[in-house]
Amino acid sequence: MSDLTKMSAAQLAKAIAGKEASAVEVATAHLDRIDAVDERVHAFLHVDREGALAAAERVDKGEVTGPLAGVPIAVKDVIATKGVPTTAASKILEGWRPPYDATLVERLRAAGTVMLGKTNMDEFAMGSSTEYSAYGPTNNPWDLGRIPGGSGGGSAAALAAYEAPLAIGTDTGGSIRQPGAVTGTVGAKPTYGGTSRYGLIAFSSSLDTPGPCARNVEDAALLHSVIAGHDPRDSTSIPQPVPDVVGAARLGASGDLSGVKLGLVKEFAGDGSEPGVLSAFHEGLEALVKLGAEVVEVSCPHFEYALPAYYLIAPSEASSNLARFDGVRYGLRVGDDGNRSLEEVMSLTREAGFGPEVKRRIILGTYALSSGYYDAYYGQAQKVRTLITRDFQSAFERVDVLVSPTTPFVAFPFGSRTSDPYQMYLADLFTIPTNLYGGPAISVPCGLSEGLPVGFQVMAPTLADDRMYRVAAALESAVGTLTPPAL
Amino acid sequence: MTTTALPTYEDAVARYEPVIGLETHVELGTATKMFCGCRTEFGAEPNTQVCPVCLGLPGALPVANRAAIEATIRIGLALNCDIASWCRMARKNYFYPDMPKNFQTSQYDEPLCVEGYVDVEVDGKQYRIGIERVHLEEDTGKSLHVGGATGRIHGATESLVDYNRAGIPLVEIVTKPVPGIGALAPEVAKAYVSELRDIIRSLGVSDVRMEQGSLRCDVNTSLNKPGEEWGTRTETKNVNSLRSVERAVRSEIIRQSGLLDEGIRIFQETRHFQETTGDTRPGRSKETATDYRYFPEPDLVPIAPDQAWVAELKAALPERPSVKRARLAEDWGISAIDMQSVANAGAVELIEETIAAGASPAGARKWWMGELARRANETGVDLSAVGATPAQVAELQKLVEGGKLNDKLARQVLEGVVAGEGDPAAVMASRGLGVVSDTGALTAAVDEAIAANPDIAAKIRDGKVAAAGALVGAVMKTTRGQADAKTVRDLILERLS
Repeated sequence: MSDLTKMSAAQLAKAIAGKEASAVEVATAHLDRIDAVDERVHAFLHVDREGALAAAERVDKGEVTGPLAGVPIAVKDVIATKGVPTTAASKILEGWRPPYDATLVERLRAAGTVMLGKTNMDEFAMGSSTEYSAYGPTNNPWDLGRIPGGSGGGSAAALAAYEAPLAIGTDTGGSIRQPGAVTGTVGAKPTYGGTSRYGLIAFSSSLDTPGPCARNVEDAALLHSVIAGHDPRDSTSIPQPVPDVVGAARLGASGDLSGVKLGLVKEFAGDGSEPGVLSAFHEGLEALVKLGAEVVEVSCPHFEYALPAYYLIAPSEASSNLARFDGVRYGLRVGDDGNRSLEEVMSLTREAGFGPEVKRRIILGTYALSSGYYDAYYGQAQKVRTLITRDFQSAFERVDVLVSPTTPFVAFPFGSRTSDPYQMYLADLFTIPTNLYGGPAISVPCGLSEGLPVGFQVMAPTLADDRMYRVAAALESAVGTLTPPAL
Repeated sequence: MTTTALPTYEDAVARYEPVIGLETHVELGTATKMFCGCRTEFGAEPNTQVCPVCLGLPGALPVANRAAIEATIRIGLALNCDIASWCRMARKNYFYPDMPKNFQTSQYDEPLCVEGYVDVEVDGKQYRIGIERVHLEEDTGKSLHVGGATGRIHGATESLVDYNRAGIPLVEIVTKPVPGIGALAPEVAKAYVSELRDIIRSLGVSDVRMEQGSLRCDVNTSLNKPGEEWGTRTETKNVNSLRSVERAVRSEIIRQSGLLDEGIRIFQETRHFQETTGDTRPGRSKETATDYRYFPEPDLVPIAPDQAWVAELKAALPERPSVKRARLAEDWGISAIDMQSVANAGAVELIEETIAAGASPAGARKWWMGELARRANETGVDLSAVGATPAQVAELQKLVEGGKLNDKLARQVLEGVVAGEGDPAAVMASRGLGVVSDTGALTAAVDEAIAANPDIAAKIRDGKVAAAGALVGAVMKTTRGQADAKTVRDLILERLS
């Protein structure tokens, strides 16, 4: 067998099903790779070697079948995994082992995947660089001195470092797509409600969307099809069949986009991006035109208000969602010396347990929801959200999908954006509108800028996740996947 | 601390006009909790009816219980409310350990039911109590503070939390302010809670037991001088019985009027009713008003009840308890007061069914309100779960009326029925109980009693007929109560005439 860690998920599934490789061999190869490189990459917060090998053995014994039987996967540490530490990269949950599995983890098990471990991220998924992980940042395999994106930098880096062929991310404002873009991998945010949030530690309930991360579009679609679908345990889950994303990816890979109308978002195609990012994006766009697609420039005038609206809605919900971390029932407890009051212990616990970005957003959200300010902030942001949704809806009357760069800049050096929160927030400028609207979007590599990967974003109407896979796969067929330098 | 004596209640209501308002919480009797599948039985071992959802574990999500929504709509309809065609749950944010998520999923500016009313009667006069809103929320867990003198958190050495109650569906019913009831304010408050309890019980959506906390009441009271604006209100919590509702309003009127008389202004505050002393004490003082930062619950889809469904629920509402009680009191020939005690005992339906099974109203009422109510009380079960069915009680009463059983024997038979020995006829047969009225069988016992009590026999012969009672008693004793007393008496008088 060739290097098992370089194979795609589809290839691995086929090899294991055909008994060309055992699931244990495949798991071992990836665990060994983690041992060899993760000290430098730090994609994982927890590696579950025993659990992975046991799961692989069950596959080899034929006890577990499924479309991805034996394929290793890394799961973002914000997803509850029964008996396996789940911290959301926060000190406040250090050592917590959930007594239950998230719905999507159950589905991953049912599909036969082998979970290698839990990946690093910005604390509670708040950030765009993993620099806000309480356990230290993840390093970008393309350049270990640069960020891997965030919040799901661990999942994306694990793919780029060949530590796992598949990973799970969560996308609240771009946390799947932006790490995908800056690590040269594929990341898809499904339609909100298309994948279950049950077991996803909530950051912003109305925006959080779990989704697939992979090294190519077909693998992402395969993983998407396994985790998506209605979940009665999530009230906001959509009771509708999952679109045929795998079929769409294969159709797109055939390289024919004739009749497909791409909407170029005028507001996102200008000087907001680094020149290298912009030129790689336009090269990608030309490649799609060569495959038969038609490009129409569309204006989405309210997109420019997406960032401020997002930074009111997401922190507001977060301030409430994160209230439960108080040291009373689980996780960290600080200052409980028998003399301090309940309020003091809660306060000391939260002071010690939360990092700076989390505190910043809790305070922001608490303020935005306060009586007397609610209408001006949270209420106003909800109105903007409606206007952004209308921008999308009217655009999709004219075009099939919208396209833009995924993020305005390539992987930046550590520490270059932490001193000014706004500079960090700009990383999600192009990804946030989709979250406010609720539709699906995918980031796929379109080339390099100064030797670093650039991501191409395809946004589709709600429930039309298949469309974005078709276009993304077509682009991939034209420009190819990216191979990072050897570690 | 003021030492001035408090005014009398009569003085207080002569000088001030009270305005009251009531907030009532009703725990619904759904089989499962509001947002998860956990059971809701009262009195289970602490923290045994819990799961990731009602414990608020990271990642867990709520899913609304349709039965709870239906029950709330039915309550709203029974209280003459409009039902929202679209509304949302909201988060009420505050930190407290008995609340697993540190927010309560409740409703804020979009309640499920609005604008209703309840009519109550006090001293033969009717009062209409406006209903502001009826909304649905989840209950909190229960804190137990151990080691302190007061049972409150202050001074306790340990605090324990039981999350079994966390997430049980709770309906909050808020009245509009009720002015213009003067000295009757305490009685009107009590009558309202009583009527509300009867209405909810008739819907079968809650057992509405104040002593178990499935119906909890907060009473708002304010006073103003005639012709002036309404005063500042206080909210009294911990009002756990109908009698306490009345006492709480009364004592708050006296307390507030004492302060106002001295020119002291009333602070808007939460007070606690003291069951033992009958007065109210201040709650924990809050330096600043709590800002609950309400916002629509993003984890739940909006509630949009189908209007046809609501119409169906409305058409299927049971007869209003007050209307039904008046009708039955007339049918049964009893007073309104007697009818109220039947209702309070939860016996209305049981007596109705017993009558339907053939018993007379007086007979049916006698057993349910007497022997069976006593047993239910002693064993702490609902009357409906006491062990006898209306059909069995009707059969028993027919046996008494037909002379087959006397009262004493009937009680023994009922004991057998309750113990699960079968229907009254079967118990009579198996226990060998039944009235002996066969004169042949009784003559020997009568003769024996006469022989054993010559003095009494002499008195009767002398015409002191009243003395026969002693001989009847003797015969009853030898026949173990199974003789028919009237037959025995006739026999005695016949022998001694």
